[in-house]
Amino acid sequence: MIRALVNTWRAPARAEMSDWRPGMDRAALQARARLLSQLREFFTRRGVLEVDTPLLASHGVTDPAIEPLRVFSAPTSSAPPLFLQSSPEFFMKRLLAAGSGDIYQLGPVFRRGEQGSRHNPEFTMLEWYRLGFSLADLIDEVGQLVGPCLGRSSWESATYQELFLDVLDLDPHTAATEALEHAARARLDLGELALDRDGWLDLLMSHCIEPKIAGRGLLFVTAYPASQAALACCTEVDGQAVADRFELYVDGVELANGYRELQDPRELERRADLDNARRRAAGQEERVLDPRLLAALHHGLPSCSGVALGVDRLLMKQLGAERLDDVMPFSAPRC
Amino acid sequence: MASYSTNEFRSGLKVMLDGEPCSILENEFVKPGKGQAFNRVRLRNLKTGRVWERTFKSGESLEGADVMDVTMEYLYNDGEFWHFMEPNTYEQHQADAAAVGDAGKWLKEQDPCEVTLYNGTPLSVTPPNFVELEIVETDPGLKGDTAQGGSKPATLSTGAVVRVPLFITQGEVIRVDTRSGEYVARAGKS
Repeated sequence: MIRALVNTWRAPARAEMSDWRPGMDRAALQARARLLSQLREFFTRRGVLEVDTPLLASHGVTDPAIEPLRVFSAPTSSAPPLFLQSSPEFFMKRLLAAGSGDIYQLGPVFRRGEQGSRHNPEFTMLEWYRLGFSLADLIDEVGQLVGPCLGRSSWESATYQELFLDVLDLDPHTAATEALEHAARARLDLGELALDRDGWLDLLMSHCIEPKIAGRGLLFVTAYPASQAALACCTEVDGQAVADRFELYVDGVELANGYRELQDPRELERRADLDNARRRAAGQEERVLDPRLLAALHHGLPSCSGVALGVDRLLMKQLGAERLDDVMPFSAPRC
Repeated sequence: MASYSTNEFRSGLKVMLDGEPCSILENEFVKPGKGQAFNRVRLRNLKTGRVWERTFKSGESLEGADVMDVTMEYLYNDGEFWHFMEPNTYEQHQADAAAVGDAGKWLKEQDPCEVTLYNGTPLSVTPPNFVELEIVETDPGLKGDTAQGGSKPATLSTGAVVRVPLFITQGEVIRVDTRSGEYVARAGKS
């Protein structure tokens, strides 16, 4: 009698815990392992060295759109909190400045608050740097890596400006901020939404342009507005300053982000100041630029291009899945 | 009322949007790798039933809506309002035609209904999935008719009109599925 009661009491708790299971089936788990080993083989064949830099560090990125997760020591410790890295970029650039040569890292990165069907606060990133590569060289290499993984033999590219002219009949470099807002409000229900110029560009890109490029397979979008250069060099094209940066979209899903890397330490400081000005304006916490990254750039970062690629999304596209939960052993809601 | 941030938006959460009570249907997180994060949210306006798709900056928040679903007993209609009672507290609520809507034609006195209250006032009424109602008017059945084939309209005591098999006669009580508005069976025969 007592046993029966105990069982009745426990049964609902067990039923609710069905998310102890992984989100992916065994076939997907095997595909994931195969993909990870294919990625490593690709770089081994090309003589690119694997590195595994720390996940915990004293500094995070200044980029206002990326919030790192922080790790606190024991409550009694006076040690400042550490940051779980949102990308291995800073450590990899310090290795490059110290003379590592071509390197890649394949492993987890963390971003606070990024949670959705195509976002997870912890995900697997593949990031690599190639000495002496132009952005065009790197685009070719990304195509040679991703194309075979997805059974696609060709890719195309378009500039950021071409896409905006095509879809919205607006020049993203010269249009007034009000014109960008007007174009967004004509197409979307936005209520009281208030954004700065780059915010409106991001909104138009993610809500209006991405759906239109879903049919274009592997598409490299290049020549971003200079205000969105992040850590890429800027160049002038037809008198217009643009970022030497690309994003790879696969069927409209963003997969990789590449730069011709900024080498000038003074420009790095200037951009960190701009990031912090935007952080202040948005009421976000300011972030100190990592002084060791700055020191490495003063020492000299070799001329190189680098790219970061979301491995979980690559697997998602390879398996025709719609959600990261289908291709990760345990996505955040199961953790 | 508490307020909820975009990362707390879940399907079923009731929030106020532009002064209207809404229920969240879907919440999609959209973010370029290097750029502003957004939440693209689908909501149903609980007053009009209209579905909205609204984009928010991630981290923005909405006030919760004081919306509750309460099971109440239907009492009577006074010609203008439908009156309901909470069985535990005996507290009575009156709902107007806008709140009752289509549910009105299925309401039988003493039946339990789901009444959605917004700031304590009925916003909508959901009848039980199955109701038993008397037929007050239908053409006479034809001799020899069986359960198969053919149907005819029948008017129920509440005024609702449903299609019933030909053998069903006036004065009988039938069971109706209120979600589809379809005849299920003769009542009390199962």
